[in-house]
Amino acid sequence: MNTTKLVSALLATSFLGTAAFAQDVTITVESWRNDDLLIWQNTIIPAFEAGHPGIKVVFAPTAPAQYNSALNAKLAAGTAGDLITCRPFDGSLSLYDAGHLADVGGLENMANFGPVAKSGWSTDDGSATFCVPMASVIHGFIYNKEAFEEVGVDVPNTTDEFFAVLDAFKEDGNYIPLSMGTADQWEAATMGYANIGPNYWKGEEGRMAVIAGDQKLTDPQWVAPYAQLARWGEYMGDGFEAQSYPDSQNLFTLGRAAIYPAGSWELSGFNAQAEFAMGAFNPPVQAAGDECYISDHVDIALGMNSATKNADEVRTFLNWVGTAEFASLYANSLPGFFSLSNHTVEMSDPLAQEIVGWRNDCNSSIRPYHQILSRGTPNLANEYWVSSANAIRGSMTPEEAGAHMQDGLASWYEPQQ
Amino acid sequence: MSTQDRPKRRWHIVIFLTPAVLVYTALMIFPLFGTLRLSLFTTVGQEQIFIGLDNFRTLLGDERWSNSFWNALKNNTWFFVIHMIVQNPLGIAIAAMLSSSALRFSSFYRTAIFIPTILSFVIVGFAWKLILSPLWGIAPDMLDAVGLKFLFKPWLGKEEYALTTLALISVWQFIGIPMMLIYASLLSIPDEVLEAGECDGITGMAAFWKIKLPLILPSIGIISILTFVGNFNAFDLIYTTQGALAGPNYATDVLGSFLYRTFFGFQMQLGDPNMGSAIAMMMFLVILLGVCIYLFGIQTRMRRYQF
Repeated sequence: MNTTKLVSALLATSFLGTAAFAQDVTITVESWRNDDLLIWQNTIIPAFEAGHPGIKVVFAPTAPAQYNSALNAKLAAGTAGDLITCRPFDGSLSLYDAGHLADVGGLENMANFGPVAKSGWSTDDGSATFCVPMASVIHGFIYNKEAFEEVGVDVPNTTDEFFAVLDAFKEDGNYIPLSMGTADQWEAATMGYANIGPNYWKGEEGRMAVIAGDQKLTDPQWVAPYAQLARWGEYMGDGFEAQSYPDSQNLFTLGRAAIYPAGSWELSGFNAQAEFAMGAFNPPVQAAGDECYISDHVDIALGMNSATKNADEVRTFLNWVGTAEFASLYANSLPGFFSLSNHTVEMSDPLAQEIVGWRNDCNSSIRPYHQILSRGTPNLANEYWVSSANAIRGSMTPEEAGAHMQDGLASWYEPQQ
Repeated sequence: MSTQDRPKRRWHIVIFLTPAVLVYTALMIFPLFGTLRLSLFTTVGQEQIFIGLDNFRTLLGDERWSNSFWNALKNNTWFFVIHMIVQNPLGIAIAAMLSSSALRFSSFYRTAIFIPTILSFVIVGFAWKLILSPLWGIAPDMLDAVGLKFLFKPWLGKEEYALTTLALISVWQFIGIPMMLIYASLLSIPDEVLEAGECDGITGMAAFWKIKLPLILPSIGIISILTFVGNFNAFDLIYTTQGALAGPNYATDVLGSFLYRTFFGFQMQLGDPNMGSAIAMMMFLVILLGVCIYLFGIQTRMRRYQF
């Protein structure tokens, strides 16, 4: 059904685009968000096209895992689309340095974004910005409210309470306490380490200290998250070693698991799938009263392929991405992707509103290894996938995981040598 | 007679060779040298700079690179060993059974066993991932039904089992190839030879070991070398089931996935075509070495029989 619709829609656009409205300019968006295909086709693109006659937009996503390599290959071959969805930090910076992305800092609506929002897509000195920020994602835990009521536990605020809740579910036996697997490894890192870690290394403070060389990844605040992860293993489902990311999502939305270590991007999928009430809590702090930190990671932006033949139309679109209209459309059609612009965006999704509310109580930080620290070989952002998954599976002790990361970093990063 | 003395130009040789030579040169030889060239350079800024064999020195000399490289090569070797001790003997055994005239429905079995070979890696990978899934898979249920649930492990997620499991999945998929090749060469053995053996009192299993097996040895040699080349080029199955990081903890990382990660980059890691090409050249050399050992060490000594 969906496929036929899609095919006919594509056919229709291609016929109409070539025959009836030959003067229309078609611009193509490269993206890794293939989950968002319908949202772009049904909401975002019609809204844009209604206000900008003469410009047609085609959203052409690639599978997430292949996106970077496919995009690099397409850019090198000159076949990439006009608009490029930008990964944060070095992935896009290198595209800019290679001349594939144009400087879009001069767009009128770039004024709607603060420096933190732009940090993911600016040169190190901040002189050029090459993508218009679209959204950030926030980490935390999504839980099954009904399961919590059934077992009679409350939302945990500290790590001790967190493990008490997990123990209660384990004892009860009706629910898998923690829905996560290590087969794909990246959940262990992003939803595990980067999720709970900022409470230990105090968010930006620790992150900047590592970049400056003042803290080492073998320091307690960087090893302790691994120690917590190592305790997670016993609360995960049977055979979690071979449990993949979609498996974990399904376990939770089917109501078989109680707590899901999450990124806020899950919300739209979960809202559609889960038939029970859901709640969310931010990563528990070590001791009651501690200041809380969250991972509020700049995640997605849109830039201009400098080889595009339709630069004016692309600029028009990018400028529109900086408007309040786009911010509201995007944040509401994709609950869990929070706008980075300074506009106040009202979100109709209560869970999304709850999660974005953490920004008021906790300190925001981005994922630890994405800026600067993932520049060398070995790449820390990839290495911590492996070391986090290893810590959960128990094939590396927390200390070994820390030492592994520190060795890797010190092997190429001067401030750490 | 004098006209006959001049050697005739045999144009047909050139004409018949040209298409293959052109296609092969354009698609195989040219890219091979392109890769070799790329592996001798490094990228500084936006420029390619010639650095001789430095990439290879890094690959084999730098502790991190060489650990990954030897780990991948070791995994490749294990992948190959599993195929050699499971796939090929089993393929020969199945072919021997199929060629026996006593077996009914042999063409059905032949087709059924061969079918996985024509499936795509992606289908095989995902199907087996689901079959072995600890959550939704039928493997734990089937083991449970016969009371052997305790044997079930999340095989694809355990460092100690993952690679062997993948190798066995690959064996399942490709067992049809040795089976078909051996089956064909078994059928080509003339009945007179076997009957002559029978007159001398060689029947049943003895006929297989003493007459058939020596006669199909050249086919077994060909199969071994096909397996070797295929296994050291392995990538697809590992990529579809375990992803580019070839988890858990690089336990299923083979040269192919190591090359992919390095060449094209992965997530935050940017691609390094130069180091990637160096790995590709090492893969080529490993396979070349293996094939040479076979060609000069084994193939030339093999005895062939003509009927």
